[in-house]
Amino acid sequence: MSKTMFRAGALALALAGCALTAAAITTPAAAAAPAAAGPTVNIDNFVFGPAAVTVTVGTTVTWVNRDDIPHTVVADDKSFKSKVLDTDEKFSFTFTKPGEFGYFCSLHPHMTGKVIVKAA
Amino acid sequence: MSDHDHDPDETSTGDRRGFLKCMAWAGTGALWTMSGGIASSISLGQAMAAPAKPKGFTFLQISDSHVGFNKPANPDAAATYREAVAKIAALPQKPDFIIHTGDITQLSKAQEFDDAEQIIKGAGLQVFHVPGEHDMLDEGAGKAYLDRFGKGTQGAGWYSFDHKGVHFVALINVVNLKAGGMGSLGPDQLAWLEKDLAGRPASQPIVVFAHIPLWTVYADWGWGTDDAQRALGYLKRFGSVTVLNGHIHQITQKVEGNIRFHTARSTAFPQPVGGQAPSPGPLKVPTEQLHSMLGITTASFVRGSEPIALVDATLAS
Repeated sequence: MSKTMFRAGALALALAGCALTAAAITTPAAAAAPAAAGPTVNIDNFVFGPAAVTVTVGTTVTWVNRDDIPHTVVADDKSFKSKVLDTDEKFSFTFTKPGEFGYFCSLHPHMTGKVIVKAA
Repeated sequence: MSDHDHDPDETSTGDRRGFLKCMAWAGTGALWTMSGGIASSISLGQAMAAPAKPKGFTFLQISDSHVGFNKPANPDAAATYREAVAKIAALPQKPDFIIHTGDITQLSKAQEFDDAEQIIKGAGLQVFHVPGEHDMLDEGAGKAYLDRFGKGTQGAGWYSFDHKGVHFVALINVVNLKAGGMGSLGPDQLAWLEKDLAGRPASQPIVVFAHIPLWTVYADWGWGTDDAQRALGYLKRFGSVTVLNGHIHQITQKVEGNIRFHTARSTAFPQPVGGQAPSPGPLKVPTEQLHSMLGITTASFVRGSEPIALVDATLAS
C-alpha cells in the first residue's frame, strides 16, 4: 500500500523524536551514544527523524532512506555528503570534531536536520 | 464563435460536447481537463485559426517520466512513458516539437538515460529537454544530462530559441539548492535571462519552461522557486507569457497579470495534492486508475489570438 498515505504514524513518531531530542540537548548524557554505535536517522515521508541528534566526538551517525524517492544527506558546510540514497540505502558519517552540523537533502532542500557533536 | 466550420473528420474524432467545452475555456481562460483532449485540442486550434487564417502550430509537453522507477506506485515507468510517446506519435496533426520538463530518469543512471532517449525517439519529433533534480544524481552532478541533452546550452543547461515568432526559454532550477529552500535559478542564469529578453518587443509571445514550478504551489513541500520573482519581473512587460512546469505530477494553474502558469501530469506516477498527505512522493492508486492520473499536455498557438491553449489528456483516453 501507499507509503505516502500510510506513513502518518511514522511522521508522528518523527515529530515525537524531535521533542525527545530537544530535551536531550539539555541532558546530553541521555543521548550520547558510545562510539561506533551511534544513532540512526530515518528518512520517512521527506522528513529526517529525529530532526536533531546529539552525539559525542567519534560517534558514527547512520541515515536510512525509507522513502520510495531518492534523497541525499549533505552538510550545510559540505563537510559530509552522501551519494544519492535510493530506497533502503544507507549513509554513515563519523563525527570527529565538536560542533553543530546542519544538513539537508540536496534534492528536496526543505528537508533539513542537525547533528550536535559534544566533546568526548 | 459557435459557427466555425471545422473539418467534419475532427468532429468525429473529438466529440462535439468536448469541443464546445473547449470553446468555453477559450472564452474564460479557465483550464480545461478532458479525457478525449487531443483530437479536441486540434479542433480548437483549427477553429481559432479560422477567422484570421494565421499560421498556428502546436507543441507537446511531457514531464516527469522517471525512467527507471519501479516501485509500487508504478512498477514500470518506462512502459507508461512508451505509451505516452505512442500517443504523441499517433496524433493526426503532428506537433512541431516536444518539450520535456524534467525528471527524465529516476536516478540519472546511464541505462535510464539510454532507455529514455530510445523511447522518446519513437515520437519522431525534435525534443527540447530541461533536467529535473532526478537527472542531476550522477557523479558529475548533472554532467550525464548535459553530455546527452545539453549540447550548446549555457551554464547548468539553460537556453532559448525562437519558433514561428514565439520565444521559448528553458530554465534550470534544480542545481545548487540551498538548505531550507526550494528551487533556485541563481544569479548567473537570471543575468542571462535579463539579457536574453532585453530588446524583444512586448508583443512577442514568450513560453518559459523549467522543472520546478516558478510560482509557489506549496512551500512546505518545496514546490516553488526561491528567486522566481526576479525572473517573472523580467517577463511581466510581455503581453503573453506561458510558464510550463512539472515536478508535482498533477495539473495546477494560475494566472497572474499576463503570465499563465501551468504544471503538467507525469507519465510515471501521481503525487498527492500539496498538504493533503503527510508528504509529497509517489501516490499509489488502484492499478485501474493509474492511467487516468498520467498524461501529456498539448499547447496550441494561434498567432494574434491569446492565450496559448493548453489541453491536458490522460493516458486513459
